[in-house]
Amino acid sequence: MSDKKNWPLWEIFVRSKNGLEHRHCGSLHAADEDMALENARDVYTRRSEGVSIWVVESKNITASNPENNGEMFEPAHDKVYRHPTFYDLPDEVKHM
Amino acid sequence: MKNENLYKYILGIADNSLILGQRLGELTGHGPSLETDIACTNISLDLFGQVRSYYQYAAKIAGDNRTEDDIAMLRKEREYVNVLLVEQPNTDFAYTMARQFLFDVYHFLFLTELQKSKDLTLSAIANKSIKEVSYHLRFSTDWIKRLGDGTEVSHQKMQEAIDGLWTYTDELFHQTEADIAMVSDGIGVDVTKLKEAYYNKVNAVLEESTLQIPESKWFQKGGKKGIHTEHLGYLLSDLQYMQRAYPNMEW
Repeated sequence: MSDKKNWPLWEIFVRSKNGLEHRHCGSLHAADEDMALENARDVYTRRSEGVSIWVVESKNITASNPENNGEMFEPAHDKVYRHPTFYDLPDEVKHM
Repeated sequence: MKNENLYKYILGIADNSLILGQRLGELTGHGPSLETDIACTNISLDLFGQVRSYYQYAAKIAGDNRTEDDIAMLRKEREYVNVLLVEQPNTDFAYTMARQFLFDVYHFLFLTELQKSKDLTLSAIANKSIKEVSYHLRFSTDWIKRLGDGTEVSHQKMQEAIDGLWTYTDELFHQTEADIAMVSDGIGVDVTKLKEAYYNKVNAVLEESTLQIPESKWFQKGGKKGIHTEHLGYLLSDLQYMQRAYPNMEW
């Protein structure tokens, strides 16, 4: 632990049941990955929310910069044809 | 009471968890970090859950109008038969974890055997509880190692805690009259047989944590007979306050 006063931050991902994906549910502090798992178990799965936990130290996540949102995301806004909404679906196909 | 030995035997098990649960509950909002605070109170809630099953069963055996709450909340200090270890205060986090570890090792061994009890209610409670207690043991073992084999200061504090609490460990393996009667009926666990496995496990973890086993051979006892350290009275006054101040209150 380089900083003895503050434990590093960890991002917590919980799979709520088999077959579903792990979803980000929050973050917490822990000295290392083992403690992060135990803390995550106590903080995020105490009401039976999970069957599996992933922990990732927050510093290992590379995030997009909100300042670049213009070039990153706006070009997609006017390209509605990228959604598969231009097909005539037969009535028999449900849940689309 | 017809099954007096069984009744007393159940209290002997349950009082340990009640008093330790109350001690851990004192950390609500006062843990060293948000995460450890939640972890300690989770353990507390596990213990209270177990305690309810035991006291409900004991109330049924008593056969009068006694309820689980009467047993938990309305006895006097000398009527609690928990071991002295669990009533020791949360002096600091090292003490809290050392107390937890020294109890968890015992608790795990005890429940493993109680699962084989001829009494189906007790074996069912043991069966359900042992998963919770396995986690308690994992959690406290982890902290013994972290603090024991951590920094100079954490090592020193953990060693002090082990030194301070060691004297209360031997009592875990003393038998009461109710114990002896229940063991011969195939209902109870012979705690004297757990002693070797207990000290082996504790020694192994302490060695791995670079901690020394205290040399003292003098051990405190009395809790199982209702003779407690000065700490229990204060704990009970917190625990019982609401029922004493507002008798029969419910929420």
